[in-house]
Amino acid sequence: MRYVVCIKQVPDTTEVKIDPKTGTLIRDGVPSIINPEDKNALELALVLRERYGGKIIVLTMGPPQADDALKEALAMGADEAVLLSDRDFAGADTLATSTALGLAIEKMNGYDLILCGRQAIDGDTAQVGPQLAEFLNIPQVSYVADIELNGNKALVKQISEDGYELIQTSLPLLVTVPKGVNQHRYPSMPGIFSAYREKKTLLWSATDLRADLQAVGLKGSPTQVLRIFTPAPTGKGEMLQGQPKEMVRSLVDSLKTKKVI
Amino acid sequence: MSISIIRDNCTGCKLCIPACPYNAIEIINYKAMLKDTCTGCRACIDACGFDAIAAEEVLAAKEDISQYKGVWVFAEQQDGQLAPVAMELLGKGRKLADTLNQRLAAVLMGEDVTGLTDQLFALGADKVYLAEHPILRHYRTEAYAITASDLIKKEKPAIVLYGATHTGRDLAPRISRRLKTGLTADCTGLDIDPETGLLLQTRPAFGGSIMATIICPHHRPQMATVRPGVFPKPVIEEGRKGEIVPVPVKVKERDIRTVVLEVVKEAKKSVNLEEASIILAGGRGLGNPEKFRLLEDLASLLGGEVAASRAAVEAGWAAPERQVGQTGKTVRPKLYIACGISGAIQHRAGMQGAELIVAINKDENAPIFSVANYGIVADLNEVLPILREELALLNSNDGLQAVS
Repeated sequence: MRYVVCIKQVPDTTEVKIDPKTGTLIRDGVPSIINPEDKNALELALVLRERYGGKIIVLTMGPPQADDALKEALAMGADEAVLLSDRDFAGADTLATSTALGLAIEKMNGYDLILCGRQAIDGDTAQVGPQLAEFLNIPQVSYVADIELNGNKALVKQISEDGYELIQTSLPLLVTVPKGVNQHRYPSMPGIFSAYREKKTLLWSATDLRADLQAVGLKGSPTQVLRIFTPAPTGKGEMLQGQPKEMVRSLVDSLKTKKVI
Repeated sequence: MSISIIRDNCTGCKLCIPACPYNAIEIINYKAMLKDTCTGCRACIDACGFDAIAAEEVLAAKEDISQYKGVWVFAEQQDGQLAPVAMELLGKGRKLADTLNQRLAAVLMGEDVTGLTDQLFALGADKVYLAEHPILRHYRTEAYAITASDLIKKEKPAIVLYGATHTGRDLAPRISRRLKTGLTADCTGLDIDPETGLLLQTRPAFGGSIMATIICPHHRPQMATVRPGVFPKPVIEEGRKGEIVPVPVKVKERDIRTVVLEVVKEAKKSVNLEEASIILAGGRGLGNPEKFRLLEDLASLLGGEVAASRAAVEAGWAAPERQVGQTGKTVRPKLYIACGISGAIQHRAGMQGAELIVAINKDENAPIFSVANYGIVADLNEVLPILREELALLNSNDGLQAVS
């Protein structure tokens, strides 16, 4: 059984502060982390490997420093790591990202199960997983909590908005994993040593993937950011006056007039 | 769009550095240089005072996109019930179609769903593409993606909109890949650029602290998933007529590799703040966890949900899934009542999209008042019981009116 876990290195948005004067993000000194839900995906892969055996390959695309994220994943227990890093991959939207990841997975020596975090905290798109599955022409199940493997078949527990569904499907398969379905483990001391001393990260460029340069990175991205702006504040409204009872009555009247209650 | 630095104009003044949301500019030898993290977002161009940053188009049209016409809405339904977001999208879609002087169509897929077509016309659709087949009974990614993609390839709409629901966010990316076109996730604003006629797709990023407007200039259709609850439902025009176009469903069971074995509905265990239309949020100013019970009481009177600030969650007064803000949820209710929340920017990032904001706080300088439509400076211990009384009175009056 070969598991591929796709991860993304993202700025820790819990640490992102906003400049109160300019309204822009202050990114200085903001640490980079593995996207939280990608750790849930890696944890599910680690559990499945304990149950059914096999090998876990972590895959990411990003600048050279994204290797830190791969090292952390190796220290958590992944077996191999692949970094896609190339100036030609830069500026990719979700479609171009799924193309590069798809080419990399096809280059690997076979795969059975691809696991992705549901979405990344910097973009919140949740699009790369399904786009990757379509690229590879394999089935996908999103919001997955657990998987039972039996030969070429998989029984998948999918979280729904009001419960769960059990879905029977075949391998190879792509699943996306949301937060809350498991508690990811932390790197162990021996894990950290082996991540840095024994395990290797493969570095693949666009040439290694034989990628069509019109299909990856900025050139392969149908969507373009036209502009970025800080949301305008709603503006200071009406400060109600008087005794608490008067203020509440005036509020309830206004809300009723506006038909919000 | 690719960004380039015009070295002759660059003075090394560093004005562009704070403007970049991706930290992708550095100054080397007194000239700005772009790092690999540049996404071509153009945020730096306006910041430059010396015309030293330019954007160039890198994509040329590969096919004639002028033949793509019409606005489509994916009419998501479950068990014969139209999803609320589909109604909202028809309202918005109608406006976009009118601006473009094109037609609005709904795409309806399922089994035994013909009964919904009148509703879709009444909501503004000129046309309904109707794909009815037992194989489409339950939503399944591949069956829906193949059927919808084939239809889009044949009919060539300019714009396709989906609700950013579980289903929409599972389906739309799959279709975008099949069609090799762009898709913008979870939009909160849609407009037509008056000059180019392009769909301007605006969405929050970094937890809502910044907004980005995305375009898809050279690929068709232009596709977006749209956050539920953002656009109002349109006025229903009973008896409005339209054209039904039956869609042949060629998907075979063997093309679909997933089978739903069992659907288990559990008692509502998680809160769905994102879809709540009224939210009462409590912060540390409530003073103690018991006050949250009072908020729950008020919420049930209003038919709303209770949310909390990070401070209140960290104090253990409310469950983490109720947290609103940068590290919690982003909500856009019709009404947001902030009780004892000071309103740090991280909290405001998660709620300033609410239609109407009420702030109650005893500190008149609390930043929450800067985004509030109505502010009450008073002690919550006094205000909340009065509010409860007034709301109960309102409900009983409504009850009397209903009887009489």
